[in-house]
Amino acid sequence: MDWVFLSELAINGALTGLLYSLFAIGLVLIYKASSVPNLAQGGLTMVGAYVVLALSHDAGLPLWLAIPLAAVIMFGLGFGIERVALRRLAGRPVIMILMLTLGLDIFLRGTTLAIWGGTSRSIELGVSYEPLFLGDLFISRIHLVGAGVAVALFVAFMLFFRTRTGIKLRAIADDYMASWSVGISVEHGVGLSWALASVVAVATGVIWGEIQGVDQALSLLLLKGLTVAVLGGLDSILGAIVAGIILGVIENVGAEFLDPLVGGGSRELIVAAVLILTVMIRPHGLFGRHDIERV
Amino acid sequence: MFYRLSGVHHANYVSDSRIFKVPADRNLTAFIFLLGLAAPFIIPSLYLNSYMLPWLIWTAAALGLNLVTGWAGQLHLGYAAVMAVGAYSAIHAARFGVPWEFALIIGGLTSSVIGSLFAFAALRVKGLYLALTTLAMQFVMDWVLTHSPMISGGSHASLQAPTLALLGQEITSDTGYYYVVFGWCVLVTIFMLNLKRTALGRALVAVREKDFAAAILGVNSFYYKILAFATSSFIAGVSGALLVATFYFLAAPEQFSVSVSIQVLAMVIVGGLGSIIGSYFGVAMILLVPGLVNGLVVAMSNGLGTQVNVETLAHIPNAVYGALIVIILLIEPLGLGKLYGNIRDYLMVWPFDQFKK
Repeated sequence: MDWVFLSELAINGALTGLLYSLFAIGLVLIYKASSVPNLAQGGLTMVGAYVVLALSHDAGLPLWLAIPLAAVIMFGLGFGIERVALRRLAGRPVIMILMLTLGLDIFLRGTTLAIWGGTSRSIELGVSYEPLFLGDLFISRIHLVGAGVAVALFVAFMLFFRTRTGIKLRAIADDYMASWSVGISVEHGVGLSWALASVVAVATGVIWGEIQGVDQALSLLLLKGLTVAVLGGLDSILGAIVAGIILGVIENVGAEFLDPLVGGGSRELIVAAVLILTVMIRPHGLFGRHDIERV
Repeated sequence: MFYRLSGVHHANYVSDSRIFKVPADRNLTAFIFLLGLAAPFIIPSLYLNSYMLPWLIWTAAALGLNLVTGWAGQLHLGYAAVMAVGAYSAIHAARFGVPWEFALIIGGLTSSVIGSLFAFAALRVKGLYLALTTLAMQFVMDWVLTHSPMISGGSHASLQAPTLALLGQEITSDTGYYYVVFGWCVLVTIFMLNLKRTALGRALVAVREKDFAAAILGVNSFYYKILAFATSSFIAGVSGALLVATFYFLAAPEQFSVSVSIQVLAMVIVGGLGSIIGSYFGVAMILLVPGLVNGLVVAMSNGLGTQVNVETLAHIPNAVYGALIVIILLIEPLGLGKLYGNIRDYLMVWPFDQFKK
């Protein structure tokens, strides 16, 4: 195996990994603000992609208008989900919240498919399918665009967390009670984090929808997104980016070596193994905060 | 009303440790048990086979998950994988010529061993991280199933279950299948009812509330976590084997996928964590209501003279299923069992508590 092929695998893996990060950022945003594991992110991603499709294909809007409009709609949906569902269960054991987000995920998926049908459609972003040549390396353009979006979102959120609203969110993430007592509206902050995660879901949905078509497979990103979020530390956006790259490279290079041995399809296995090992060895991930439990 | 009590008052330890502390509860249970026995003669065979049978068998499975999640407080998102282990090992054993009685026990024991592996995750982490680990383990199990033709009978092939035979009797009729499943469900229910009264049950509850605190009290949480996983896995294994032997007749990896794990967990949580009667309600709700709503939509659209898109119809049950989980969690996070308990507690002392308000 020569180094050109290996580095091609690694680079394309890293780019795919950054797309997983895109998904994971949605998880991290909500976990950071409210310690709620958002298993509905897959459903949200699907809804995001379908709303863009509905606006651009069914209503005939141009894409540059459809995507921001979808982001606004999803922003409202995210706020609504927090207001209607999550707020009522605040302070309940994690298992109920976990089940609530799973139920939301199933509901969002079912409703989207009931409205728009399950046939796979493409968003047609207008990015060329021609691979990009970098010396001897093949690189997929759409993956490059997606990775760019992921990095851009990362930078945007880093800056956002330095603004006044962002600092409030960080305070909420740090301590609910303390934030309440200094007059921060915790409910509003958590709602905002859901709204932002839903906007991220639009970006994820558009990019992944372009790569593999808009259908229910979009919600299958959940395991990979979760793995990235856990590996990076559930409350670290930087972690999501770094872990995305790591997982992407491991997955792509590992699958190349493992597939011939086990007869294909080892990607899922590698991702699951990474998740199990992370939780077993370092549950708080690479950059996450280590929670100390008091008896 | 029919409880005719002014509260539950125990005068001695024997009355305190009864299974049914209220006579009305015992009578109601006996009545329902008799109804269950008589079901094949009351209910048409179609409904018996397509509603009652899956309901009872999923209830048995859900009770097993309730043991580990509701009693011992360990999140488990890989329950379907454990059921798959039981189903496949029992069927392979039966195909090999082992009598079904032993094949079922082999299935249960194999599940127990594999299911205990999940406990090792529980020893290291808990809560959300445990849920994620068991989810990942479910993916690994799925992968092993679909990628080892030796177990699953080929990547897209399925495994035919031999005819079920118990105590030398071949069972082929719907009534026969029903009684086998009914018997298993009753056994599991009796086990769970008694669990509350034993030291094991109390130790599990202590581990659920706080494992460190339980350790300080002298409850070995390491031992009880493994025991909880092994016991629930045994129930899962036998339920899985019976599910294939009496309902699916063919074992295929998709029958035990991640979504099934989530479904069983939904049954337990919608029913109520740690509630036995709740598990019955939860399974009925998750299993039967989405189909009923779908039928209602069809009837309504026919009544209005409009035609609902076939694809829409195919996805409505899923949307309803998700909505049910969300709605019930919002109304009562402790599930249908708690709702039933509220009504029961209200009626228990009725009408004497009316003056207090």
